[in-house]
Amino acid sequence: MNIIKSDIVVVGGGGAGLRAALAAHQSDPGLSISLISKVVPMRSHTVAAEGGSAGVIRDEDSLDKHFDDTVSGGDWLCDQDAVQYFVEHCTEEMIQLEHWGCPWSRQDDGRVNVRFFGGMTVQRTWFAADKSGFHILHTLFQTSLKYPAIRRYDEFFVADLLVEDGRVRGVLAIEIATGAFFLFDCKTVILCTGGAARVYSQNTNAGIVTGEGMGMAYRHGVALRDMEFVQYHPTALAGTGILITEGCRGEGAILTNRHGYRYLQDYGLGPLDPWPRPKAMELGPRDRLSQAFWHEDQKGNTIETSQGRVVNLDLRHLGAQKIHERLPLITEVARTFVGIDPVTQPIPVRPAAHYTMGGIACNRWTETALPGLYAAGECSSVGIHGANRLGSNSLAEIVVFGRVAGERAAAYARELPDGDSRSIRQQAEESASRLLALLECQSGERVATLRDELGASMETGIGIFREDSGMRATCDTLAGLRARYRAGIKLDDRSRAFNTEWLSAIELGFMLEVAEAMAHSAVQRQESRGAHVRLDAYQTRDDDRYLTHSLARYSGDGPPTIDYAPVTITRSSPQTRHYGGAGQRAELT
Amino acid sequence: MPDATTRTIEIECFRYDPETDAKPRFQRYQVPFTDDMSVLQGLQYIKDHLDGSLTFRWSCRMAICGSCGKMINGVPQLSCHSFLRDYYPRRVRVEPLNHFPVIRDLVIDQSGFLDHLETVKPYLIPKEEQPLAAGPQRQTPLQMDRYYQYSQCINCLLCYSACPQFGLNPDFTGPAALALLHRYNADSRDQGWSARREVTNAEEGVWSCTLVGYCSEVCPKGVDPAHAINQNKVNSTLDYFGILKFLLPRGDAK
Repeated sequence: MNIIKSDIVVVGGGGAGLRAALAAHQSDPGLSISLISKVVPMRSHTVAAEGGSAGVIRDEDSLDKHFDDTVSGGDWLCDQDAVQYFVEHCTEEMIQLEHWGCPWSRQDDGRVNVRFFGGMTVQRTWFAADKSGFHILHTLFQTSLKYPAIRRYDEFFVADLLVEDGRVRGVLAIEIATGAFFLFDCKTVILCTGGAARVYSQNTNAGIVTGEGMGMAYRHGVALRDMEFVQYHPTALAGTGILITEGCRGEGAILTNRHGYRYLQDYGLGPLDPWPRPKAMELGPRDRLSQAFWHEDQKGNTIETSQGRVVNLDLRHLGAQKIHERLPLITEVARTFVGIDPVTQPIPVRPAAHYTMGGIACNRWTETALPGLYAAGECSSVGIHGANRLGSNSLAEIVVFGRVAGERAAAYARELPDGDSRSIRQQAEESASRLLALLECQSGERVATLRDELGASMETGIGIFREDSGMRATCDTLAGLRARYRAGIKLDDRSRAFNTEWLSAIELGFMLEVAEAMAHSAVQRQESRGAHVRLDAYQTRDDDRYLTHSLARYSGDGPPTIDYAPVTITRSSPQTRHYGGAGQRAELT
Repeated sequence: MPDATTRTIEIECFRYDPETDAKPRFQRYQVPFTDDMSVLQGLQYIKDHLDGSLTFRWSCRMAICGSCGKMINGVPQLSCHSFLRDYYPRRVRVEPLNHFPVIRDLVIDQSGFLDHLETVKPYLIPKEEQPLAAGPQRQTPLQMDRYYQYSQCINCLLCYSACPQFGLNPDFTGPAALALLHRYNADSRDQGWSARREVTNAEEGVWSCTLVGYCSEVCPKGVDPAHAINQNKVNSTLDYFGILKFLLPRGDAK
């Protein structure tokens, strides 16, 4: 076992992990920091975020408006103290990125430009064309190269947390190139491992978004909070699930069914005119738009294609110049993957699983219940997304709370004396032998078989609309898949060097458990709220019983136990979410 | 929308496992495909259903993460961005990117590139640190135009595979890293030209480039590293004669 000692371990090299590492270093340059990632940081899934990041900057906007849009978008399941902190710090993080070189799109006079996103009262989304995540990630990664004190361990797969005397004291990782085990002995761990939407078969996520950070914390007793809330992005390519940014609609694109009709007006998002106006029609929130697609599909109003049924996202009226300037990636993606030029033809789209609103339960300082363990970004549930995340709050979240996690972990590490690594060594050895047993298993099913059944079952049971029987069926399927997983996975590949089949098998174990947390949290929430919408007896929001966070707790081979914790409400008491209706026409900049 | 008919194509993959193979070999697989399937999806089909030991990198599936570059019928390409239909009915041959050491099968060692990237100081070097309270700096669309194209590099390394000079000398800083050097040098917010001067002017810097231009041809993002390098040859020459600083609009050389 190779041993590497450092003060802080950051797991994950996406936007949250890089921001955390930079913040930890800047708050105390004397600390040693290991940044461990299963891919080279600039490959992380932050790279695929397109539309942009929220930050109040226009005169007619205010922190209160950002707060209200976020809390109502989240259907009042947000922790309002966390939202308050968040909205107060988004803009300074956008400025920080600008000072580090991020090429935000500009107005003619050189000021930063902002665009609309769904559910926004005022234009608030900072964007770098439609490659905002790409530019944020490369800016953070390249800036991190300035600080050699941030030691990178690229292509190291973190497989377990090591806990001693009730504190996290390290992680066990596999060096992918050689298959060798490494024990990272440290004082504090920051998990920034991203979401878990790969548990759905149709999803917008990169192949690496398999939820093992959530899974690791969960196995060590940290609750996964609000896992039933999985966001379907309303506009993805059918088949591949490749994302077509909400920025399209922010720039004025419209959605039409097979009759060329803007169907959103039939689902509480109309009337049509004046267009565009904030929080109406195509500028409604993601949960409502995905649900409207489902209804249209039921009515037979969608369009049949070889890749399944779709609606049209029409950009043509924006004109070639605006499309090429503001949406170059989308143009390229549509041309390459569906052979369509958005300047002359609408893009066929449908909803796909996109984002896990829930995650590792932590407070607004990113501290989990396990001392020394912090979580930031999509893997965490810091409390800002509630039951439905507002578009462009996730890129802001990774930098706002990435920084918080880095600073908090640095302060924690400074105070803590070096530990005795003997017992974590033993834990690491035991954990490593379990991983090796997986590699040496002689019989069983293929990774892909179980993974495909998992994805299909999540789509069917825990999709855009849910009902009791379907959710229970998925819970049963997942229990069966976990039993089959324990019975054995047969790998074709028994090598240690760069064995990605082995890593997929490890990921699959975490995916099954995280999916189970989602499914059981869903079946037990007997109401409809945000992205969790039921077609059975519980079609409305029930604040008396369920204005509360769900907490899924690991219980070994059995299903998780689900309990509840209060939502922090400081100043906005639950109201009806209001979209559409009368309103002023907005000028798009 | 693409045709949904299934046909079968032969994919021939470069195989090398350092633990068991004395030298590389090729292995052929029969892969059913539909018109919308990329070469990457063909490889994923093999891994999921035919041979779990075939090893390759991939992640985003949409040509932005830069993970999945391969030699496809001898041409450096992103495998998510090239399609089986374009090779059918002939066989498609997939090999690791040229000019890099192979770790296993289609996986190359990219650490050399990461070292080169670090040497060009790919971050803003401002004259002085701005406090956040100062707000965003202004930069007009015209000023952005000077560097924006070079900021599109996804570090996919296709250009290194295309570059004969890098093939001969792995110490050459190379197209992508030099394009990023230029990206920062050309940014109106940056004052780091002199800090990057040494690596620009070095034997392994811009002067190793012999202007083949294949790097720009294979770039999937239109970065045009050859142009970036050429710009810096001009700057490097002017710098050598000590006249660059008089020609440039600002205090530091640009």
